[in-house]
Amino acid sequence: MSNWVEVGAVDDIPRLGSRVLQTADGDVAIFRAADDTIFALRDSCPHKDGPLSQGIVHGYTVTCPLHNWKISLESGEAQGPDEGCTGRYEVKVDSGRISVELK
Amino acid sequence: MKEKLVLVGNGMAGVRTLEELLKIAPEKYDITVFGAEPYGNYNRILLSPVLAGEKTIDEIMLNDRQWYEENNITLHTGKKIVNVDRKARKVIADDGSEASYDRLLLATGSNPFIIPVPGHDKTGVIGFRDIHDVDTMLECAKSHKSAVVIGGGLLGLEAANGLMLQGMTVTVVHLMDTLMERQMDPVSGDMLKLELETKGLNFLMEAQTAEILGGDRVSGVRFKDGSEISADLVVMAAGIRPNIELAERIGLHAERGIIVNDTMQTFDPKIYSVGECVQHRGETYGLVAPLFEQARVCANHLAEYGIGLYEGSVTSTKLKVTGVDLFSAGDFIGNESTEEIVMKDAANGVYKKLILKDNKISGAVMYGDTVDGAWYFQLLRDQTDVSDFRASLMFGQAHLGDSGHSGENAAAAMSDEMEVCGCNGVTKGCVVKAITNEGLFTLDEVRAHTKASASCGSCTGLVEQLLASTVGDYSASTKATPMCKCTDHCHDTVRAAIKDNHLISIQAVREHLEWREPDGCAACRPALNFYVLAAWPAEAVDDPQSRFVNERVHANIQKDGSYSVVPRMWGGLTTPNELRAIADVADKFEVPMVKVTGGQRIDLFGIKKEDLPAVWSDLNDAGMVSGHAYGKTLRTVKTCVGSEWCRFGTQDSTGLGVQLEKLTWGSNMPHKFKIAVSGCPRNCAEATIKDFGVVCVDSGYELHVAGNGGIKVRATDLLCKVKTEEEVKEYCGAFIQLYREEAHYLDRTAPWIERVGLSYVKEKVVDDAASRQMLNERFIESQKYSQSDPWAERVSGKSAPNEFTPLKVIPG
Ligand SMILES: Cc1cc2nc3c(=O)[nH]c(=O)nc-3n(C[C@H](O)[C@H](O)[C@H](O)COP(=O)(O)OP(=O)(O)OC[C@H]3O[C@@H](n4cnc5c(N)ncnc54)[C@H](O)[C@@H]3O)c2cc1C
Ligand code: HEM
Ligand code: SF4
Ligand code: FES
Repeated sequence: MSNWVEVGAVDDIPRLGSRVLQTADGDVAIFRAADDTIFALRDSCPHKDGPLSQGIVHGYTVTCPLHNWKISLESGEAQGPDEGCTGRYEVKVDSGRISVELK
Repeated sequence: MKEKLVLVGNGMAGVRTLEELLKIAPEKYDITVFGAEPYGNYNRILLSPVLAGEKTIDEIMLNDRQWYEENNITLHTGKKIVNVDRKARKVIADDGSEASYDRLLLATGSNPFIIPVPGHDKTGVIGFRDIHDVDTMLECAKSHKSAVVIGGGLLGLEAANGLMLQGMTVTVVHLMDTLMERQMDPVSGDMLKLELETKGLNFLMEAQTAEILGGDRVSGVRFKDGSEISADLVVMAAGIRPNIELAERIGLHAERGIIVNDTMQTFDPKIYSVGECVQHRGETYGLVAPLFEQARVCANHLAEYGIGLYEGSVTSTKLKVTGVDLFSAGDFIGNESTEEIVMKDAANGVYKKLILKDNKISGAVMYGDTVDGAWYFQLLRDQTDVSDFRASLMFGQAHLGDSGHSGENAAAAMSDEMEVCGCNGVTKGCVVKAITNEGLFTLDEVRAHTKASASCGSCTGLVEQLLASTVGDYSASTKATPMCKCTDHCHDTVRAAIKDNHLISIQAVREHLEWREPDGCAACRPALNFYVLAAWPAEAVDDPQSRFVNERVHANIQKDGSYSVVPRMWGGLTTPNELRAIADVADKFEVPMVKVTGGQRIDLFGIKKEDLPAVWSDLNDAGMVSGHAYGKTLRTVKTCVGSEWCRFGTQDSTGLGVQLEKLTWGSNMPHKFKIAVSGCPRNCAEATIKDFGVVCVDSGYELHVAGNGGIKVRATDLLCKVKTEEEVKEYCGAFIQLYREEAHYLDRTAPWIERVGLSYVKEKVVDDAASRQMLNERFIESQKYSQSDPWAERVSGKSAPNEFTPLKVIPG
């Protein structure tokens, strides 16, 4: 069963920044890349659960604020040589409004 | 259609170039590789440990066949290229097969020099260059007894050591009277000889080989003086010659090696060349580190990025004989224009010699204790002026005695389970395994794979030793390291460009200097943000998204994702009202822990991000501002009670501390900055381990700089003595400004001063009054733009409050 939820406007998130969506299953980090593409990942680093929403965003990657792992915004996977993966969510943007498919 | 790249020579330099190329332009070429040897690419350096029985061939493979497949590279092993048709642009192999190219890369390495004495072509006379040679030696050691190694250099000694460990009786024959005379001076050469003799090697010094004796197979060696010794195996290790056979055949300009320019291009613009076969600015190289630098530059030009020049390398040497520690770099013999510092402790087998020219290290030889080799080599490459610490130079950098790795400083003596990196809990075994399994060569690679030395860095020396003992010495010899992977420019070039071209935004810098990644990365963005703010305080606009989270939210992120908050207490002074307000905040927000810090402040731990603005607001109401306990900026001014109360006090250290804190708070700096003021030399505020420390004395104020109390304890250097509080403030402002304008981002004052030299700082801040005043004025000017309380700004909603509230809350 799909569970799309509208969460806010693209402009509510700073470019190369992130905001948090609080859900019953834990926080989801919503990222905005320089080209305004929106991504959603579980706000928890595969290394030691660092809050990815607080990291520095560059390209389609976020660097975790705790120990600098680099996580792909597209796949949620840690980039080589680190190994690990955090959950990702489908995202839709419709006339500036963001929807996320929660699980 | 893709262009075609052909590599001739499937060895270390050539394949490294392909690896660098695949990193930056994976889709550019269809790649074909021809190698005369019947294997993938292996680590030639490790042939010595293979011969010594310490490693197997499998363990030294760098790129197996699967690697070539995965990267769509066509590999022809066991095929030697015998000709190149430069007009038709194709190569021709000894079995007649051909391949055409748009670009050709020659990396044919070198050949062992076989001394052309009569009998040199008998069975049992070999060089020491490849797997085939090692197999021959191992085979011979099974059935034969005695071996002669001709040449007492690095290669010869490693061969001799290996053959001895395989059970042979080995004699090393050397033309000179000192072993490894190209790396060692006579004293250390003799110490080495003595040690190797106790291990069981025999030496014949000043012996010139005249003839190899025997029938089909070698039976002995005769020398010029007529004496003879018997031998079942003769290893010629008398030097290497760049392999320019193919280049000469095809008429490509070569002297000792194939001539290339700074982009590694030969005289034929379609043909590039790297490795030992190359002659660059008159030099040929026989060690891997410079070849890897050539590879990086060459790949960049093959990818048509067109940045980066190879400008030659300084090399250093270590001998890979287990149990023998020696290091040598640069010109270690010296001449009339040089001075030398020597330390010799024969009983302990330790010898160190440094050659200085114009107060800079120009060469180093170390025997027995090589812990500081990497440091001396760094000073040599950077051409650092050592006059300021010349007296203690011999005693080394002592960075291996730092905290965090149980005082271990000899990696070789550690067991596999012992911890190398105390921050990340990485053991020696784990580092060594990563180095061998993943084929790592550089410190950066080890950091990326194991996280060892990637946090606080105190174990860097140990990791470097492990690298050196596992794969040989690869310390790259580039002088200016690029800022990060997004650019080839170093910090100094970037800072200069910002100043000269009036670049006032990160974006402008990246465009002007042609950054590879449009957004930069987590390493360069914060640095650039600081550089533009420091250069153009009135114009540059801070980019919060380029700041580390602590600076963005003005609190310290903790390991559970909560934050700690430290209100400012000027000079460590507080009042009952402030304490009451802090207590109220702690109650209201159920702060789990309240702690007094080392810097005389109170720290509230475990605050949730969304509560931060409310906490600040309450503290603001009681007159407190942010303590900047999170930032790359002034942290605290620690004071003692001083003459106001203390019976020993000579000046009002507390009052001066408050003034200094009011002067300097809020300033953006390359790294955190700590100040302390002690009221007398008893130094209760520990001013001599701060970035800027004041020690009051009866006649005025001693100013101390560049101390550090962290991982690497460093006592301050005395900058000068002044008489008045006004002077203290002026010198303080000027010192900070110089640091802000010239240090690299993330340099604390200690490493910065060690790099530029205390004399230089004295020149700018003490000796030249006009320079000091100008620095101080620039500091005061920049402070106009940085002294606004970030907490108040956030509370008043001036800067994006969004970050502190969730985008949306979805109840379960
Ligand atoms: C025993 C030993 C120990 C060493 N120890 C150290 C050390 O501790 N530290 C250090 O820095 N360096 C060390 N070196 C030196 C280091 O190994 C070399 O500098 C490095 O391997 C040179 O790389 P290259 O790519 O230029 O040449 P190579 O690695 O020799 O590669 C050249 C390849 O090209 C092939 N080839 C040549 N001509 C043709 C042709 N016409 N067609 C096809 N293929 C061809 C050769 O067969 C060879 O495989 C050591 C070397 C040896 C032999
Ligand atoms: C000869 C040695 C020393 C003497 C005679 C001495 C004496 C004193 C005196 C008289 C005070 C003032 C106490 C008060 O009235 O509040 C003091 C404070 C203090 N001393 Fe020392 N001291 C000495 C060395 C040190 C050293 C080496 C340290 C630490 C490295 C140290 C740390 C402190 C501290 C932290 C304070 C409190 C300062 C403050 O916060 O006001 N002292 N000392
Ligand atoms: S440093 Fe001197 S003046 Fe300051 S508290 Fe210690 S003894 Fe007193
Ligand atoms: S928790 Fe993200 S890098 Fe450690």
